Amino acid sequence: MKQEWKGFKPGSWMTGIDVRSFIQHNYTPYEGDDSFLAGATDRTLKLFEQVKELMKVENEKGIVDAETLKPSTITTFGPGYLDKDNEVIVGFQTDKPLKRGIMPNGGIRVVKKALESYGYSLDKTTEEIFTDNRKTHNDGVFDAYTDAMRKARHSGIITGLPDAYGRGRIIGDYRRVALYGVDALIEQKLHEKKLLENPTLGSPDIRQREELSEQIKALKQLKEMAASYGYDISVPAKNSFEATQWTYFAYLGAIKEQDGAAMSLGRVTTFLDVYYERDLNNGLITEQEVQELMDQFVMKLRMVRFLRTPEYNDLFSGDPTWVSEAIGGMGLDGRTLVTKSSFRILHTLYNLGPAPEPNLTVLWSVSLPENFKKFCSKVSIDTSSIQYENDDLMRDYWGDDYGIACCVSAMRIGKQMQFFGARANLAKALLYTINGGKDEISGEQIGPMFAPITGEYLDYDEVIAKFDQTLDWLSELYINTLNVIHYMHDKYNYERLQMALHDMEVMRTEACGIAGLSVVADSLSAIKHAKVKVVRNEEGLATDYEIEGDYPAYGNNDDRVDQIAIDLVERFMNKLRKVKTYRGAVQTLSVLTITSNVVYGKKTGSTPDGRKAGEPFAPGANPMHGRDKNGAIASMASVAKLPYQHAEDGISYTFSIVPKALGKDMNDRVDNLVGLLDGYFENNGHHVNVNVFDRETLIDAMDHPEKYPQLTIRVSGYAVNFIKLNREQQLDVINRTFHKR
Amino acid sequence: MNKLGRIHSLESFGTLDGPGIRFVVFMQGCPLRCQFCHNPDTWDVNLGEEYTPDKLMEEILKYKAYMNYSKGGVTFTGGEPLLQAEFILEVSKMCKENGISLAIDTSGFIFNDTVKELLEYIDLVLLDIKNYDPIVYKNVTGVSLSPTLKFLDYLREKNIDTWVRYIVVPELTDNLDNVKKLSAHLDGYPNVKKIELLPFHKMGEYKWEELGLEYKLHDTKEPSKELMEEVIEIFESNGKVVSTNQ
Repeated sequence: MKQEWKGFKPGSWMTGIDVRSFIQHNYTPYEGDDSFLAGATDRTLKLFEQVKELMKVENEKGIVDAETLKPSTITTFGPGYLDKDNEVIVGFQTDKPLKRGIMPNGGIRVVKKALESYGYSLDKTTEEIFTDNRKTHNDGVFDAYTDAMRKARHSGIITGLPDAYGRGRIIGDYRRVALYGVDALIEQKLHEKKLLENPTLGSPDIRQREELSEQIKALKQLKEMAASYGYDISVPAKNSFEATQWTYFAYLGAIKEQDGAAMSLGRVTTFLDVYYERDLNNGLITEQEVQELMDQFVMKLRMVRFLRTPEYNDLFSGDPTWVSEAIGGMGLDGRTLVTKSSFRILHTLYNLGPAPEPNLTVLWSVSLPENFKKFCSKVSIDTSSIQYENDDLMRDYWGDDYGIACCVSAMRIGKQMQFFGARANLAKALLYTINGGKDEISGEQIGPMFAPITGEYLDYDEVIAKFDQTLDWLSELYINTLNVIHYMHDKYNYERLQMALHDMEVMRTEACGIAGLSVVADSLSAIKHAKVKVVRNEEGLATDYEIEGDYPAYGNNDDRVDQIAIDLVERFMNKLRKVKTYRGAVQTLSVLTITSNVVYGKKTGSTPDGRKAGEPFAPGANPMHGRDKNGAIASMASVAKLPYQHAEDGISYTFSIVPKALGKDMNDRVDNLVGLLDGYFENNGHHVNVNVFDRETLIDAMDHPEKYPQLTIRVSGYAVNFIKLNREQQLDVINRTFHKR
Repeated sequence: MNKLGRIHSLESFGTLDGPGIRFVVFMQGCPLRCQFCHNPDTWDVNLGEEYTPDKLMEEILKYKAYMNYSKGGVTFTGGEPLLQAEFILEVSKMCKENGISLAIDTSGFIFNDTVKELLEYIDLVLLDIKNYDPIVYKNVTGVSLSPTLKFLDYLREKNIDTWVRYIVVPELTDNLDNVKKLSAHLDGYPNVKKIELLPFHKMGEYKWEELGLEYKLHDTKEPSKELMEEVIEIFESNGKVVSTNQ
């Protein structure tokens, strides 16, 4: 046994790369309460004061600093520090904290535009190289896009596509670096490459051999980067500090080189807990020191930054990075995966105050230890910084070592990746159905020239039959567009380090998404249960709708409409399943909008549910604002009905409640929120963001942002610093249904 | 039998009317005319939506998981739920078959054989005692106090857990001598497990206006923290468990 592994229980993890096996053989489940937790150390507090100062500058200027010359790779920048004396965990993406690097492999135009929007200008030579000599992902995609794809993109029926920047949503198994050391990982990759020395070398094998070579180079650079900070990560980590630092280095390598939309961390806390427990048991470390490691690790994760354009910020506002960490859950053997470190990482929200990142994601099971449930509930009530996902549901699909990429996308760590596919606007698709493929705003023919619906009143059966055809067209176009994007991304912007931290053969999913679910469900409900009159302009284009009578709205636990929503998800998913994907990716679907529900709404005309042109959609799978009238649970119960088997990439629900509505005192509130989560997940809800605050607090924060530097709020699938949202988005949040009696 | 019930509204996430998460059924109709009522729209016995017991039960069952995990249940309130005791009895029987805990929020003004039968199924009574002085009670509610005290006696006889609710309204129900007398009276009731003190608020005032009713408490203020503390102290010094949602 390697020296560094002394004291660990042996298992198959010793003979192959298998972190799950290591965890299962060695972790210590914890069922106690939070009384063991330690506060922040002086070093941590001193360091964090400086971080907060920097973040203040950032809030004022937009960004602290940006690189304009050197594209980022794992080794572009030498070591960077903020305060060497107080920094326990080290490493920044560039040479200075919060300074943003440039990653033009995704697309040079975006880099240039982003720099200019903050008053920087891209170095001429760098621009020339990535324009004339080195092709980017963005160029590749547009070389191959068809006319139909360009039109769909431009009209906004498919939006947010990762065709001009990194796709993200790939989680390296960063723990492997700590457990095995980089040399062992390189050895494994060399072995894998040997396996591809076939007598007939087809293009898939050639591609994979090239990718493996890239992975090996990345691993070597990772060692070099760590060495610049004075650490030798070629060998396994031997103690608590090294395990944390090695894991962070691995993640740092990834975010130095890739600026994908979501750069998630995975599921590291229970892994790290094994090291902490070993050192605690041997008297080598104190609880305070363990918490210091956790606080300092988390502080670094809070400082992850990417350079984004203003348009990007409109879609995904508040500068999110989705450093998602999955916490807790249950093991396949029935033991809980909650450890003391599950508490410790949540405790950073007290030691360092609330924050949107890392995106702390509790994998909830009704079987979780009661003490942990209550602790989570309390942290949610105090900080509104946690999201919850249904471990009882996902464990059946993904086992007990999956993480969450971005907001809601589950994937087995190191064994699975996804081709991120943004989302299709189903509300627009419904309007195309009515207008015979013409865009309701521009009048342009975007979809195939179907016969438009011409009646004065909309007929449910006619609309459904034609909508189905529109969805056939949309699903084919959508998958083909994604195929182009991911072909080019693999070619020009391959995630070599993240993929080096995967098994050789991975499962790929083609993660499609939909926006406007509640708009379409309500529209169809209105057409079916009330009367919807069409208002057409002079060209005969339907531009508005008048509703006569009432209709049951999604979000009231009423099957008459909830069934329509369920059918929509299943119908669209089944169409996606029919279309062939690049690299044999398995089609999946999410009901998730992030904050783009505002932009989608802006680009979509009036809809038959009574929503007027330009008004925001509801986020994710949420019911439309103010239409859920039977209280909080009726609303979430509608969402819980959406079928996960047809939306395996996740169903996002955001829940906001005023503290008083949760119960009379803190004890009641904690218990009632636990009950609410248990009930929701027992009923197969997939995901929920929990916000607990008064509307008045948010209104005050809009007017006095300086008073609320850390006010954190959960939006669809991630959390943001409220004061970083633009005014439109702040109003959208405030106008959303707040549940109160 | 499928007796119809008149229901004002349903709330799927009640946390203030009994323990845990409550599915709250607001029954339509009330014989009292409390000056501080914040739901005057529940008074008229002819309004509301008609439900069969089965239809209401179907709604309730949708929320069973939430009630189970939070150790909550169904609370019938109103209006005065006991005006429709027969309907509630039918629903309560079905709830019990499904292991659902039941609470009823009442003034105790209605008492008859059906109510007695219904109480066999009820786990908790939230008994609103609007005042302990019969004259003030009559002034506040428009009806007399004695039925409520008799109702309380019956709850003791049947040993049904009871939380007594008292609404603190400045210059109307804040006579501390009366409060002391009520507290002393409750000494003899071991089934009274908790006193819930509800500070008066005017959030229902707009409903009075909408209904064209004269709201007499327009100039009344919400009780001060000091007043609430004094009232709490009276009950606590008598060894009562007191809760308030300030």
